[in-house]
Amino acid sequence: MARRWLAVVRTPLGLTTGLLVTAVLLLAVVAPILWSDRAEVVDTDQILAAPSGEHWAGTDSLGRDIFFRALVASRLSLELALVATVIGVAAGLLLGAAPLLLGRRLGRLVTAGVNIAVAFPGLLLALFFAVVFGVGATGAVLAIGLAGAPSFARLVHTLVAGVAALDYVSAARVAGVGRFRVLLRHVLPNIAEPLVVNATISAGGALLAFAGLSFLGLGVQAPAYDWGRLLFEGVGMIYVNPAAALAPGLAVLLAGLAFNLFGEVVAKGLGVTTVGGIRLPAATPARSGAERRSEAAKGEHLAMAPSDLVLDVRDLRVSFPGPAGPIRPVRGVTFSVRHGEALGVVGESGSGKSLTALAVARLIEEPGRVEASRMEFRGADLRDGASAHRHLLGTSMAMVFQDPMTSFNPTRRIGGQLAEVAFHHQGMTRKQALARAVERLDAVRVPDPAKRATQYPHEFSGGMRQRAMIGMGVMGTPSLIIADEPTTALDVTVQQQVLDLLQSIRDEDDVALVLISHDVTVVGEVCDRVLVMYAGRIVEDLPADRLDGGARHPYTRALVAAVPDMDTDLDQPLAVVPGRPVDPADVPSGCAFAARCPLADARCRAEDPPLEPAGDGSQVACWHAGEPLGLDGSTGVLVEVRTP
Amino acid sequence: MTTTASSVASTTSAREVSGAKPPTVGRVSALTTHRWVRFGVRRLGRLVTSLAVLVTASFLMIHLIPGDPVRGALGPTAPTALVEARRESLGLNDPLLVQYWDYLRGLFTGDLGTSLTSQLPVADVVSQRLPATLTLALLGFLVAVAIAVPLGVVMGVVTRRGRGRRTELAFTTTSVVVGTVPDFLIGVGLVYVFGVHLGWLPVAGNATPDAYVLPVVALALGPAVILARIIRVEMVAVLEADFVRTARAKRLPARTIYLGHALPNALTAGLTICGLLLGSLVAGTVLVENVFAWPGLGRTIVSSILSKDYPVVQAIVLVYGVGVLLANTAVDVVLALLDPRSMIAED
Repeated sequence: MARRWLAVVRTPLGLTTGLLVTAVLLLAVVAPILWSDRAEVVDTDQILAAPSGEHWAGTDSLGRDIFFRALVASRLSLELALVATVIGVAAGLLLGAAPLLLGRRLGRLVTAGVNIAVAFPGLLLALFFAVVFGVGATGAVLAIGLAGAPSFARLVHTLVAGVAALDYVSAARVAGVGRFRVLLRHVLPNIAEPLVVNATISAGGALLAFAGLSFLGLGVQAPAYDWGRLLFEGVGMIYVNPAAALAPGLAVLLAGLAFNLFGEVVAKGLGVTTVGGIRLPAATPARSGAERRSEAAKGEHLAMAPSDLVLDVRDLRVSFPGPAGPIRPVRGVTFSVRHGEALGVVGESGSGKSLTALAVARLIEEPGRVEASRMEFRGADLRDGASAHRHLLGTSMAMVFQDPMTSFNPTRRIGGQLAEVAFHHQGMTRKQALARAVERLDAVRVPDPAKRATQYPHEFSGGMRQRAMIGMGVMGTPSLIIADEPTTALDVTVQQQVLDLLQSIRDEDDVALVLISHDVTVVGEVCDRVLVMYAGRIVEDLPADRLDGGARHPYTRALVAAVPDMDTDLDQPLAVVPGRPVDPADVPSGCAFAARCPLADARCRAEDPPLEPAGDGSQVACWHAGEPLGLDGSTGVLVEVRTP
Repeated sequence: MTTTASSVASTTSAREVSGAKPPTVGRVSALTTHRWVRFGVRRLGRLVTSLAVLVTASFLMIHLIPGDPVRGALGPTAPTALVEARRESLGLNDPLLVQYWDYLRGLFTGDLGTSLTSQLPVADVVSQRLPATLTLALLGFLVAVAIAVPLGVVMGVVTRRGRGRRTELAFTTTSVVVGTVPDFLIGVGLVYVFGVHLGWLPVAGNATPDAYVLPVVALALGPAVILARIIRVEMVAVLEADFVRTARAKRLPARTIYLGHALPNALTAGLTICGLLLGSLVAGTVLVENVFAWPGLGRTIVSSILSKDYPVVQAIVLVYGVGVLLANTAVDVVLALLDPRSMIAED
């Protein structure tokens, strides 16, 4: 514990506030010894004098030196605040630990009482107790102490509840250790740290609160004086000598802030477990010759008629600033989507498939950076930024996200969330837009759409929500739907319904679909063409019907082989692709897949293979494309059998 | 002020500990109304319980005071006959339960007793002083919210996704420091700068509109920065949410995304704090009124405590308490309207 505190105190903020607290404490000890006499001297020649060389903060109505009085007052102010804090902590501890000490039933009653008391502000409680205990320093100490007790009790209650469930505490109780003993020996040591930190914070609060009570005349009474009392006297003569109010005010402010902030800094420092060391990603290598060559190849390959394309993306790159140079999760992706085409994008998590989709939809925010040599959607250059083509994107490019649970705004009705699209992009009135929303909900087969439109997302089931999300996409007249893992969060029967819905929308309106998934089966079923991504690049681009048996890239083949089918022996562990996906902050040179590839040789580790046409309309980026993978061509050594 | 925030945090965890029951899922059609009824009943029950505790506490206050409260109020030199007569008229010689019953009956008929010092009905004293305090508290709250929401939203948008680190640090530090300064010290500072030094604004009473400026600012500043800080943190978190991405995917104007989608979600957490802030703001008027010689309940309660005029003190404590409870309830209702899920979390 001590070492962790020390670590906090070493930070600049911790050091400053820590020193301030030490200074205040030191002053409280030293000031009365050194300057008590000077603070008490009555100088009738100097009544209510303005600040001067002799009296730095002027004098009060008896001609006493305010500067020294403010210094000396530190002792009493601090003493009273600390005693009040101790009372508050002790009372809070007893109240908060009541369930442990008194048993469940009585404990619950105490907790209920505490919960009611907490609702009242501390000052009100302090006033109540000040009346009960009487005006004066003693009454005020008790009042402020007890006023702080409920919130402390709340804290203790929560902390104790966390500790009391621990095995050794239960064991101690079962062993017949007394309740008080359990609290002192087993529970208290475990909650000491947050308790001490919070006590420090509330010591600052008590200091300021005490000043408040004394300022009201309910705390320290003359001839004794604390900062609040000095302030009370000073405010009365603020027009004659402002320093008489400002000096004690500043003193109590500094002292209160010191305790309070020190406590906050320590709390923050201790709450956050220090990270052992941030892993520094290797500096990103310069673009290799292979990368550059692959760009040239792409240029030749994509000689399709531009008018036929909904989406045309060339050399798309996405990067984020990292602790050691940019991290590049998408490194030069080129693809296009034709009208009405269904394009699947598969790959493991971290392959860059979702970021590719977000980049195309222009939804990557700063500090992320998106670059491309070409990025056109229905002829509009998306590199201009999303705002330049707001209405086009809003009506023609639909997005369906993975988790329908979190993708709707929980505080707004479904109908309103759909209607927004028509209101903002299609010039409809709110009423018309809402009618369109209901009609669209009906189109995506949400039953009782008029009623459903008035409901909140949490009243929808997962499948219904995803339907509504698709309905939101078809509020306009989309020519492209980008669906990012649209069925991953749904259960199997609902998955199929959602896929069928996407399929029927495609068929009806000739809408193109980009379906991102880690599930090769889903993609194979729905899509015409499949892009396989690995480490931020496309490693294979092939017709969907060639996935099974026709894939050339070892990674694609591994993905397909890892899919269990009807012949899979369910008594055996399921197959997985061995090794780990590449860390985008640390992409190796050469082929990124080499480390996991059974065909890899020296060339693979040195040179990154470009994506090149492989005949029959497919492209592959592999130096050993199509070579047999050991004895069994389809599964071979690549697929490792692993116990889940 | 910091205890406010920490007690909010513990509120949530205490709820989790106490094991809130998940809502029973009924038929969809009945669900919504059913939920509202349940929420209403539960919330009203809590209000009534708290009120009962409050009334009992304010009744017991006079009996918890060591010694004879009437003797204390009238002083040691007052003749015994007078003290005895006053005790009789206050009903202090009756059995405790009878007194409690009389007290409750008095409350329901608007009879709060008679001042020991002025002999005026306490109800008159309170109703005469209440408007000034209420105006101050409400204005303070409105100003605090009017500062906090735009400030919090702008800071949230500016510092989202780890941007503007320096702005964030400067804002957080400033708001922690300002939020810790108690309102009466801010008040004294304002009096010095704007009253004494610059002489721009009046520093006492509420006779002219410009006399409202300093007390309201003194009251509102602390809660404003605390609330702004919370709204900023919430905004930053909400702007990361999936549904904000959805809103962006719909290509809504930035204003609609921030104010229409992100803000309501960020406000729910801010509102929870608002209940506590409003409560502490009500209590804060006591000190601020005494800095600015504001003719409200705060000055009356202090002078009554000092002159041991217990019936008046009792009544004002009750009024403050009721104010705090009503504020909390109002905030919970607004919260439920704004975010229907909060009804489920309530327990």
